[in-house]
Amino acid sequence: METALAVLVGAMTATGVYLMLAPNLLRYLFGLILLSNAANLAIFAAGRLTRAVPPLVPEGLDVPPVPVANALPQAMILTAIVIGFGLLAFTLALVVSCYRQLGTLNSDTMRLAEPPAAGGEH
Amino acid sequence: MVGRKHTVAMAPGRRSEIALTLVVLAVPLCLSLWLLSMVGTVREHGSLEFALPWVPSLGVSLDFLVDGLSLLFALLISGIGVFVTLYAGSYLAGHALLRRFYLSLLLFMLGMLGLVLAGNLITLFVFWEVTTIASYLLIGFDHSSETARRAALQALLVTALGGLCLLAGLVLLGMVVGSYDLSTVLGQGEIVRSHGLYGPILILVLLGTFAKSAQVPLHFWLPNAMAAPTPVSAYLHSATMVKAGIYLIARLHPVLGYTDLWMWTLTLVGAGTAVIAAVLALRQTDLKLALAYTTVVALGTLTMFLGSEASVAIAAAMTFILVHSFYKAALFMVVGIIDHQAGTRELGSLGGLAARLPVTFIAALAAGLSMAGFPPFLGFIGKELKYEGALAIASEPLLVAGAAVFANALMVAVAATVVLKPFWGRLPAGLRSTREATPGLLAGPLLLAGLGLTFGLAPGLVAESLVQPAVTAVLGRPETVKLKLWHGINLPFFLSVVTLLLGTTIFLGQRRLRSVFDRLARLLPVSADHSWDRALALFRHLATVQTRFLQHGILRHYLAVVFASVAIVLLWVLAEGGVLSMGLSWPELTVKEWAALVLVLTGALFATTSRAPLAAICSLGALGVGIALIYLFFGAPDVAITQLLVETLFLVLVAMTLHRLPVLSGAHIAGFRPWDALLALLVGSAVSLTMLAVLEQPFTSPTRSFFEQAAVAQAYGRNIVNVILVDFRALDTFGEVLVVLVAAVGAASLLGQRLRGGKAAGGKRQP
Repeated sequence: METALAVLVGAMTATGVYLMLAPNLLRYLFGLILLSNAANLAIFAAGRLTRAVPPLVPEGLDVPPVPVANALPQAMILTAIVIGFGLLAFTLALVVSCYRQLGTLNSDTMRLAEPPAAGGEH
Repeated sequence: MVGRKHTVAMAPGRRSEIALTLVVLAVPLCLSLWLLSMVGTVREHGSLEFALPWVPSLGVSLDFLVDGLSLLFALLISGIGVFVTLYAGSYLAGHALLRRFYLSLLLFMLGMLGLVLAGNLITLFVFWEVTTIASYLLIGFDHSSETARRAALQALLVTALGGLCLLAGLVLLGMVVGSYDLSTVLGQGEIVRSHGLYGPILILVLLGTFAKSAQVPLHFWLPNAMAAPTPVSAYLHSATMVKAGIYLIARLHPVLGYTDLWMWTLTLVGAGTAVIAAVLALRQTDLKLALAYTTVVALGTLTMFLGSEASVAIAAAMTFILVHSFYKAALFMVVGIIDHQAGTRELGSLGGLAARLPVTFIAALAAGLSMAGFPPFLGFIGKELKYEGALAIASEPLLVAGAAVFANALMVAVAATVVLKPFWGRLPAGLRSTREATPGLLAGPLLLAGLGLTFGLAPGLVAESLVQPAVTAVLGRPETVKLKLWHGINLPFFLSVVTLLLGTTIFLGQRRLRSVFDRLARLLPVSADHSWDRALALFRHLATVQTRFLQHGILRHYLAVVFASVAIVLLWVLAEGGVLSMGLSWPELTVKEWAALVLVLTGALFATTSRAPLAAICSLGALGVGIALIYLFFGAPDVAITQLLVETLFLVLVAMTLHRLPVLSGAHIAGFRPWDALLALLVGSAVSLTMLAVLEQPFTSPTRSFFEQAAVAQAYGRNIVNVILVDFRALDTFGEVLVVLVAAVGAASLLGQRLRGGKAAGGKRQP
């Protein structure tokens, strides 16, 4: 069943990359969302899958009585989701601020730092 | 350059300036006395060593080696430093940046002393670069002048490029010998000369020294460096820094010398430099420039003599270093005085100043006679010794002697020009008010010229104490040197007479010669100075093109490079390692699991192809839900809940900001981009294949069982995921909170007040 997730992660990566390569910054943002979700799923699958047994220890026992899902990738993904959210929120703010100041969402025309010609030689 | 000054009353500022000068003066004075105290010891014992550990792990230590050669140079540096400081105090009186000048001058002085006293190749190189940087600061001292800035940069680039070659050469040398310690290296001449790397070492080291000591064709920076104030020209660019290359050649003579390659390279480059620069010197009408070119002549002559292994040739070189430093520094100072008092140093507008500047004239005359090689000045001894040395060079006595005679004859002519032209003849009307310089300005040239006379009358003062130990150090074997004023009538004396006659002829016919040289110079297709400009422009152009190519400023092209690299590296590793057996098995999934997968896939595809951003956002929402379901089905309810929460929160954020963006206009619509699609497919397949390769490996996780065992026993928690987050990896979680906070602060500052609440909410999360 991990095979299916491997293919799914690949598909999400491909769509994410395609979107990030678009000149429009909003599409770039969508691509970023897809890519960060794909990364989370990749971590999840790499820790192997266990159906429907959450990593909990029942009352009165010291260790789980049955094999449970791998807890470590879950903890990592939780961290990654939240950090990913921070990243996305910041990128969104950047996109909004870019539009406000430059009046466009087309990243090809944002050339303030590296103007297309002239400069450099004195 | 400082113009004419008529300071009469002594202002308080002037008094503090004098105090400053005295303090600065104390440094070279004390150093000179300290060095003088070592003369006797060095003569008896050969050398003294001091060591301080610096980078012991690299075998680099701050050790100093004082032997005859380094002592000769160190005494020149500190001794002339005294006169130059004294002179500069008057020359730059009232200059706003006097402090900065002194600072650079002291930096240079210490760097130069470190260079000649260094007992370790790496230490030597570091000090070598210190002098380069100090020279840059001093040439560009008049920083408001375009010419000065260009000259400073040119000198820096030429000498620093040479410095890089030198570093490479020294490192190779250290590798061959197995030590950077100078006294060890000096004893390994046989090994180095027979080593396969001898050729590269020699060429790299010589390139560095030729750049520093202005050998043709790297000479062009030195005349340009005359943009510096005169004290700097007198000190750095005639007496000391330009001789650093000469010092290094002499220093490494026992290691790299005694081969044909060494002999021929030094003889030919030195002779060529001496002759070419002598011709160029005669063409100059600016006194300072004429002197600068004669410095190049002197440096060429020195290089030429160092190619030899005859002790009399080396003795000639060492004596000439002394001679040249005395008269050249004095003459520079004289030219500085003329410039300072008369306001010009152009030959055409000077004349008859002997009556107005009598003391200056005496100093000029004494230094000039030494330069021309008249008895009883030290210059005469130096010149006789040069001819003796030239004739003693076994392989090419005629070439060396011929070059020496020609160069010396031109020196005579230039000396006569510098000494006679400004002081003789009719006084131009504009110079009638010229007054004699202050004692501070006169002391330096008078004393230096006086030293030239004193040592000429009593050569014994320097012969055994300075020159002989220096020759011993250069040749690596004990030598005896006797300097005599009168050698009798022999071949060198005959050559001296020829030189004087030739020099006088050139001086008298100099106007005609100059026009001939000018016509010849016009025939040359390029000058070194212009080629330098062109090379520099080409280099800048190259840098621009290269930067434009790499830094094009288009975001998606940068991204494409990053993604392509990722894909290529992943696929390359997979192909290389052959880890993929491609034993694919059809996943056994239940219907609801299939449904979740399909939901995610559809969401991703729809978000990509959708033309309306609102639809794309909705499909991204659906995708988030699908992922949450996958987490849920495979035993991760905590993750699923967080995913849903964050998904919702983000949709809210997007919804809140969408109205600020042109989403409803057509800006979002873009056509199909086949190349991007291809790249995306490549990256996607690379990721899929990598994951398959990872999943094929057998899975064992000691951490997994550790957390399952320890959750209750150590952390008293029954939710293992939570225990990991808040106990075992609590610091990571704390870091994560910080990251989100920083993101929130960043976003808030980008957007202003209105959205701050929404962002900060992202910092919270279910435990």
